[in-house]
Amino acid sequence: MSEPTDLTAAQAARAIAAAELSADELFAAYHARACADRLNCFTWLPDEPAPSASGSSESGTGHTDAVRGVPLAVKDLFCTEGIPSQSGSKILEGYRPPYTATAVQRLQAAGAPLLGKTNQDEFAMGSSNENSAYGPVLNPWDPARVPGGSSGGSAAAVAAGLAPWALGTDTGGSIRQPAALCGIVGLKPTYGAVSRYGMIAFASSLDQAGPLTRDVTDAALMLRQMVGRDRRDATSLDFPGEIALPGAERLDGVRLGVPEELTGEGIEGGVLAAFQAGLAQAEALGATIESVRLPHAPHALSAYYIVAPAECSSNLARFDGVRYGLRVSDGGDLTGMYIDTRHDGFGAEVKRRVMLGTYVLSSGYYDAYYARAQRVRTKIVEDFAAAFAACDLIVTPTAPTIAFELGEKTGDPLAMYLNDFCTVPMSLAGIPAISIPCGLSGSERGLGPGGAGLPVGFQLAGPAFSETRLLDAAYALERAFAFDGSPVRARVGA
Amino acid sequence: MIDREQVLHVARLARLRLAEEEIEPMASQLSAVLEHVARIGELDLDGVAPSTHVVEVSGRLRADEPEPCLPREVALAQAPAVRDDGFLVPSPQA
Repeated sequence: MSEPTDLTAAQAARAIAAAELSADELFAAYHARACADRLNCFTWLPDEPAPSASGSSESGTGHTDAVRGVPLAVKDLFCTEGIPSQSGSKILEGYRPPYTATAVQRLQAAGAPLLGKTNQDEFAMGSSNENSAYGPVLNPWDPARVPGGSSGGSAAAVAAGLAPWALGTDTGGSIRQPAALCGIVGLKPTYGAVSRYGMIAFASSLDQAGPLTRDVTDAALMLRQMVGRDRRDATSLDFPGEIALPGAERLDGVRLGVPEELTGEGIEGGVLAAFQAGLAQAEALGATIESVRLPHAPHALSAYYIVAPAECSSNLARFDGVRYGLRVSDGGDLTGMYIDTRHDGFGAEVKRRVMLGTYVLSSGYYDAYYARAQRVRTKIVEDFAAAFAACDLIVTPTAPTIAFELGEKTGDPLAMYLNDFCTVPMSLAGIPAISIPCGLSGSERGLGPGGAGLPVGFQLAGPAFSETRLLDAAYALERAFAFDGSPVRARVGA
Repeated sequence: MIDREQVLHVARLARLRLAEEEIEPMASQLSAVLEHVARIGELDLDGVAPSTHVVEVSGRLRADEPEPCLPREVALAQAPAVRDDGFLVPSPQA
């Protein structure tokens, strides 16, 4: 007999709306699975296996039946009123914010109760979830491997069936890359589509909230509840039109652009093979494959690793032991307290990025690094605009490799940063992109359960606010790829 | 590319303290990253305007009406140290 946790979020919501399933039963089933988690996905779970009062509110209008009663896992960096929100950092240990992030609040108002807070790289800085002060998250496909990052807890929880869906954030790939490495769907919306209010900031010109889900329909369902202008975030925008639920079966007339700069050197053979097989399936659905150029894309990683650390060094100045979180003071003066607190509170990667950001913004280096990186960003925006004149969507592998082993890249920050090679260009341009699982790789090395291989992500990107088109194309491809993540959910739950 | 003295200078600017054994690894790791990102120096970017933000938003003003803010006790509730109505910190000249 099938369990309620076998249902996708959309299926569960329909069953609840039709009174075939009770929201309390669904919540209790996920709560039990989450409490038995051995992958370290969660940093907070409620004591009671029942939705909290605020989560089951009957307020809200419109298509709220579409998510009512479906529990939501939320990345730790979203502020949740009265509930620990630590952004994976020791410096915020035990911090309970006085307000809730807009993205979370909107989903709660639509009736999605909070299932738990998920583990992440500290302040979202990382591509493996090994930078969390609360320990690494393990990949449900192979617990010796990383789930990706920084939304690693959200991705692993969804892949393992410990949550029906999860909220994450993406600054340079932090939704898409863990989704790829865990074999699920992850979508980074257009910059400004979702309010950043209440997200503990990493790099404010890049951070965006988005869904991590079992399938494309669920991603659309969650996203449509989140978007819209919020007067508390001046960079948030009205979403033009409504995000439709996807239903395309064919890709006739859709021009998919393959940028040679992101589909050649640096991409692992097995990943490239799975991506090429995906392209062939897209053609079989009626799409045409065009070769396009993004001449500055190889420089996107460099621009990103200047801009993001610069913004982070500024944003993280607020963690000084005065208003919240940790304070360490060895009887020194005020500056000594700041330094002691930050020394003990920040992990190695956060210190590295703060150092990097402070350096590139410092007198004498600003023009060579930060000012130039902002000009590269302009060129990347222009590259995408030119490419979208010749194609409708751009497709690439999401990550250059399958999930790697814990500890494999922790000693070499640059090697870790190269994981973001295919995802940062879209982040710098502020355009939406989705990763869907397209197959397995590594079977020739006997990797993964039964030696069948580990998941590969297929990334689709479109112009700003093209989410409905993007989701529709992803939906058609998802049906063709017929990727099956259910054995992993069954195994982890056993 | 970045030496010990520069690392210590940047750490001071960033209000970070590095233990003696952390200085050399930080210097070599930052150097490796800076060497990679410095490749953007090869690009011809004359006349290219910088992008600080990808979203064009301008002149969006709201009505200037007073609204309640966080109550003082709520704002102070998470502070490591409080005295009377404010955040308590060590003296700058302690």
